Amino acid sequence: MSKILIVAEHDGSSLNPSTAKTVSCAAAVGGEIDIVVLGSGCGDIAAAAGRIESVARVVVVDRVDNAAPLAAVLAPQIAALADGYDYVFGPSTTFGKDLMPRVAALLGVGQISDIMSVEDSRTFKRPIYAGNAIVTVKAPGDKPVVATVRVASWSAAAEGGNAAIEDAASNVEVPGHTRFVELQSGGGDRPDLQAANIVLAGGRGVGSAENFDILFKLADKLGAGVGASRAAVDAGYVPNDMQVGQTGKIIAPDLYVAFGISGAIQHLTGIKDAGTIVAVNKDPEAPIFEIADIGIVGDLFEVIPQLDDQIGG
Amino acid sequence: MDKVMVCLKRVVDYNVRIRVKPDNSGVVTDGVKMSINPFDEIALEEALRIREQGKASEVFVVSIGPSDCQQQLRTGLAMGADRAILIETDADIEPLAAAQVLLQLIEKEQPDLVILGKQAIDDDCNQTPQMLATLWGRPQATFASMLEFDDGTATVTREVDAGLEVIVVDLPAVISTDLRLNEPRYVKLPDIMKAKKKPLETMSIEDFGVDVSPQFETLNYEPPAARQKGVMVNDVPGLISALKDKGFSL
Repeated sequence: MSKILIVAEHDGSSLNPSTAKTVSCAAAVGGEIDIVVLGSGCGDIAAAAGRIESVARVVVVDRVDNAAPLAAVLAPQIAALADGYDYVFGPSTTFGKDLMPRVAALLGVGQISDIMSVEDSRTFKRPIYAGNAIVTVKAPGDKPVVATVRVASWSAAAEGGNAAIEDAASNVEVPGHTRFVELQSGGGDRPDLQAANIVLAGGRGVGSAENFDILFKLADKLGAGVGASRAAVDAGYVPNDMQVGQTGKIIAPDLYVAFGISGAIQHLTGIKDAGTIVAVNKDPEAPIFEIADIGIVGDLFEVIPQLDDQIGG
Repeated sequence: MDKVMVCLKRVVDYNVRIRVKPDNSGVVTDGVKMSINPFDEIALEEALRIREQGKASEVFVVSIGPSDCQQQLRTGLAMGADRAILIETDADIEPLAAAQVLLQLIEKEQPDLVILGKQAIDDDCNQTPQMLATLWGRPQATFASMLEFDDGTATVTREVDAGLEVIVVDLPAVISTDLRLNEPRYVKLPDIMKAKKKPLETMSIEDFGVDVSPQFETLNYEPPAARQKGVMVNDVPGLISALKDKGFSL
């Protein structure tokens, strides 16, 4: 039976949902699934990882050096643990994108980025050209497969597992040439974009940072996350961590509502996997209407207050 | 700093609408406009600004690919790079092989900083900078949106899912660029004329002694599954009713 190692993503206090999504991809490959948690004081995170269904074992590397997720520090520890594994997977989030190629290079193998589907144990589909083409790629049979998993393509593995939790040796030498300073977090306590069931998003049509307030208000009523187009981020209305699209976050909520977003290809790439897409735009020719399930030609400053009035909550 | 190395990849221009060939053997690239990968263009702009601020003395650009890459290297020279190196090959080079080849060039050139795009907009791999940093045994700062240099270190602001992360790396290092780092300059006609006189050295990839044969086999190309065009509603009650039809309880 093949052995799969998954690198857990966390923020020091809780496990990121991308980890359970990566487990789903690993389960599609089939085999014994282990998760490695690298952190500092990360017992609760390891316990959460152990509750994910179909996980055999959680390996914990608890050391002060792992307090911040620095790829140069984590990669050699993962590479040391990878011996005996046929697959090493991480999520295709900024965490995994930064880290996994470093692991692959240490193992002397290439990497498959953004697995969308598993065709067989060595064959995978992944997007290229901003999702405008999908390729089927076959990995060699004689080397470990290092890959990132496109989290928007996979639903989270269920809870209910009871994996063994083991401490791993933490004596791998790590470099001191990379030092964490701080994380400036833009988001408040709204749901994480990549985990939210409903996401409302604003584009250039919102017009200003202040105008985003009506979107935030509606989002809070719905328990929704709030995203933005690249145009809105570039214009300085909202911080970069709200950007949805090819170069921002790729998301797959059940419901996505785009207000004043025209629908540039790079934005549509980020929302293709949403269950239902609603577009509100003044311009009837806006490209977003081509892919929206429900469209309404109208002024967002009239539509949002009406929505706020007419929905429960 | 003495030298800054910038890697430029020749890719299908970002404005070209990508089409998969009818026989599923690739995407149509014949006769389409080719450009510098936009993220690499941002990398070059940043390197030029570093030099213009007097913090580096030389910026050189490198590309791996067919002889046509000379066009993109000339554009890089017209933007302001001092010299260019083409590592010529007609083969498709995977990121690990590219990193292995670039490492050899680094060992020869000894740059203090290598800066390149976070990903190429053709294969969207997002791997080469990280792999290069690893093989070189040096720090990486990926997805950079702001850089500051100080006595042998770089302070880099990185665009991450949770916000903006700030790290300090010792030089030499590899930095990969995100979109908001800068806006690349436009090339002016006199610069294009000047660029023709700048040195462009060509090497063969075979001279590097790296096995660049692909590890992965690409079996098929297909267009993405299209979303069906939906319905248009006239007003907010119509929208709420359409959402309820889809099973949303609002």
